[in-house]
Amino acid sequence: MLKFKENQSSIFLTVLMYVMVFLFIFPILWLLLSSFKPGGELFDYPLSFLPENPTVENYEYAWTTMNFVRYFVNTAIVTVVTTVLTILASASCGFALAKYKYKWLSVFFICILATTMLPTEVIMNPTFTVIQTLGLYDSLAGLIVPSISTATGIFMFRQFFLTVPDDLLESARIDGASEGKTFFRLMLPISKPIIITLAIFSFQWRWNDYIWPLIVISSPEKYTLQIALRNIVGANSIDWPLLLSASVISILPMVILFFVFQRYIMDSQATSGLKD
Amino acid sequence: MIKNQKALWALAFIGTNLILFIIFFLGPALLGLYYSFTDYSGISASFIGLNNYIQLFQDGSFYGALFRTIVYAGIGVPLIYCVSLGVSLLLTSYKTRGKGLAKIAFFFPWLISPIIAGVIWRWLFGESFGFVNFILENLGLSTVSWFSNGIMAFAVLFFASVWIGTAFNMLLFMSALVNIPGTYYDAAKIDGANTIQKFWHITLPALRPTSFMVILLSVFNLMKEFPLVQSLTNGGPGSDTTLLVQYIYETGFNKLDIGYASAASMILFVLLLVFSLLQLRSEKRWQN
Repeated sequence: MLKFKENQSSIFLTVLMYVMVFLFIFPILWLLLSSFKPGGELFDYPLSFLPENPTVENYEYAWTTMNFVRYFVNTAIVTVVTTVLTILASASCGFALAKYKYKWLSVFFICILATTMLPTEVIMNPTFTVIQTLGLYDSLAGLIVPSISTATGIFMFRQFFLTVPDDLLESARIDGASEGKTFFRLMLPISKPIIITLAIFSFQWRWNDYIWPLIVISSPEKYTLQIALRNIVGANSIDWPLLLSASVISILPMVILFFVFQRYIMDSQATSGLKD
Repeated sequence: MIKNQKALWALAFIGTNLILFIIFFLGPALLGLYYSFTDYSGISASFIGLNNYIQLFQDGSFYGALFRTIVYAGIGVPLIYCVSLGVSLLLTSYKTRGKGLAKIAFFFPWLISPIIAGVIWRWLFGESFGFVNFILENLGLSTVSWFSNGIMAFAVLFFASVWIGTAFNMLLFMSALVNIPGTYYDAAKIDGANTIQKFWHITLPALRPTSFMVILLSVFNLMKEFPLVQSLTNGGPGSDTTLLVQYIYETGFNKLDIGYASAASMILFVLLLVFSLLQLRSEKRWQN
């Protein structure tokens, strides 16, 4: 009897879970299915669930009408360059905060934590002034440079290096290695799991970022994907066949990245204590 | 000498972040504070004291945006909290089957940008061609004008926000849930506690630090929501879904009323600050 009850609740909970899964997946599934419908079929009542005449013409259309390759390349450049620099800057900063004991370092750590209180969204106008003054306006560098610094990344590395025993560091010092050499030869390699986790996070932040491109970029040939897509969806009459296929293309790199590095995101304890 | 050298290395290690902090955080923050006391419009700024703030408190459209932002966070955060917790309980329960696939499904929206999330939900809820209205019609119900009715537009905004917000919080909850010692539950079972009692007296208290974190992050994320609204409703119908950051953006960049927009920014900043301090205090009280 008890066994039967146990089984029943197991079935109930599993069904409940899969109902939720369906609700979460359906919006994406609908986007994907719709993107393969020819333009006329999209608005043809009654709607059919599966495309009746599946076609890739929307994709060809997106790839040729918009300056899509350009936006894709711009986004990729910004994402990759920023991610590499973010890792180097965050790792070295986190290392210093964890392994050197100075009063001013603790103060700086508090300053870094304080940056999360005043996100860029809140101070867009003054940020714009700064970008303009530095001559970074309307350049990809203007997207890269400010995004290198991230409180989350610094925090992740600091927490990691706190767990590294000081003896390891001391023995390297006794062997006569300089601080810089110790960091690059010893500390950076052992922090590989954090590097990968932060790389994935940074990739997602930069690939999907909207605020910085909105502030910094003005000329269409420097658009990133998010800005380009926002322009289609913000138009008076939305070009849905274009928008649907373009959206799917823009998600693809993130999806591929996710399935390659899945275990680093989903299993890691590193995610506890993170933001965004 | 050696000591100094070490300090120099430490300075070099934080160098990049220090410079970026000064230029892209401290600079804009102070500049914003200064702007908020001027009538800066992109060309010249003259000091006008507290005028912007006084004007803000008499401005209906600012109040509207502020009120909607608070309502959005006030309803959205509990929704996100409950759904993330519910989903992570299902994913860590020994009773459910096929968790691997389910976990990926719940996490998937994390990969998608707010702009595209807006596109996806706008397409699903389209008034004359959307799937949801099509289903409603087939069920013999009347269709809903999702985007021309302010309340309905807000409802869609909540769906989309929960959909995006669940993934990451779910991971936080899951890593906390698997760390609760199983012996607690065994002891409760011996004492004859039922599932609800176990959840209330063991699971929830053990999740307290994570809950604080999830609530803090969610409040921040929702209070500064912008791209999702931009693509989902564009603040409409009228200004029924215009939130504070969008109001600041429109005032500062479209109307070039930068001084005024900066004053609104400072108010949003104070709100975030007050909220985090309150949260910190109650967290400390709970720990004692």
